[in-house]
Amino acid sequence: MSDSSVSTPHTAVRPTLLELLRAFAGVSVAAFGGALPWSRRMIVERKGWMTAQEFNEAFALSQFLPGPNTINFAVVFGSRIGGAAGAAMAVIGLIGPPLVIVTVLAFLYERYGGQPTLDRILAGIASAAAGLLVAAVAKMATPMLSRRLNAAPLIALLAFSGVALMHWPLPYVFLGLAPLSIALAWLGRTS
Amino acid sequence: MSPLVSLFSLFVVLSLFAVGGAQAAIPEMHRVAVDVMHWMSDRQFADMYAISQLSPGPNVIIVALIGFHVAGLAGAGVAITAMCGPTCVLAYFVARIWDRFKQARWRVAVQGGLVPLSIGLIAASAFVLARAADHNFYAALITAATAATAYWTRVNPLWIFAVAGALGFAGLV
Repeated sequence: MSDSSVSTPHTAVRPTLLELLRAFAGVSVAAFGGALPWSRRMIVERKGWMTAQEFNEAFALSQFLPGPNTINFAVVFGSRIGGAAGAAMAVIGLIGPPLVIVTVLAFLYERYGGQPTLDRILAGIASAAAGLLVAAVAKMATPMLSRRLNAAPLIALLAFSGVALMHWPLPYVFLGLAPLSIALAWLGRTS
Repeated sequence: MSPLVSLFSLFVVLSLFAVGGAQAAIPEMHRVAVDVMHWMSDRQFADMYAISQLSPGPNVIIVALIGFHVAGLAGAGVAITAMCGPTCVLAYFVARIWDRFKQARWRVAVQGGLVPLSIGLIAASAFVLARAADHNFYAALITAATAATAYWTRVNPLWIFAVAGALGFAGLV
């Protein structure tokens, strides 16, 4: 598929592979604290490569799949534009530049980590980073807790306890709770 | 076992069970890297998470930091490939048949059922990180103040990091 195939009804513009690579690379270096909102801004608002609804559907699929959500999204979107090559371009664009940056930081950390000044600064930032995640969880949990009485908070509490308090391996906790949680969702007890 | 093999198997398994993305996989990364394999200390793990949040890009990038710490450049490459490779291939093939089952009742139930699970796992991540990072009262206070600020305002996280880093530099944590 090339940029000449603009006949698709919903998507007005179709990027080339190179545009795809550049767009995702642009998102990757601008995105702090998770790349998803930035992907949405780029694809839906700035480039018009997807409608908001197409984006939501592609994102629902990326969440449904195991693995890092944003990377899944790049695969889903890239493959829709240009098959396997499109998926590869989107993923390379999204991971490549951050990987270079983080490798440089990792090198510096291995070299200068342990220096008291750097240690103190990082300790402050680490405490803040934990706090950001607390806020993210609180935002995610708000809709679950504000609905009428249901089983979802119990599932969340069990997952939390198994992993954080009991230190059980993630695969065991997942395999123990996922069937139960999915069965409850099927019966409509968690919504 | 070679460290590269250990890294590879850790992150392949993680990628398959981490509902909610890399953020939900933090406790398992911590359990294996700190408690089981003794690759790093609690403090170093918290540092690496902080560095991954200071870097732009998807959250999954923390696996490259862990890989680099364990086995240099090769370790970083193996970690990110293991974490993203198999699930990328899966995503590619599922995307092609998605239209066939996106309205199916079982699909809706699976997705709905995984939401509370991922919330519980990400809450566990926050707990594990706070415990690894907060060793005194002021550190815990920074965590609490950050959580409140990020929950009730839309201030850029980088500003919060700047303030927290300055407080750390001043010797508060």
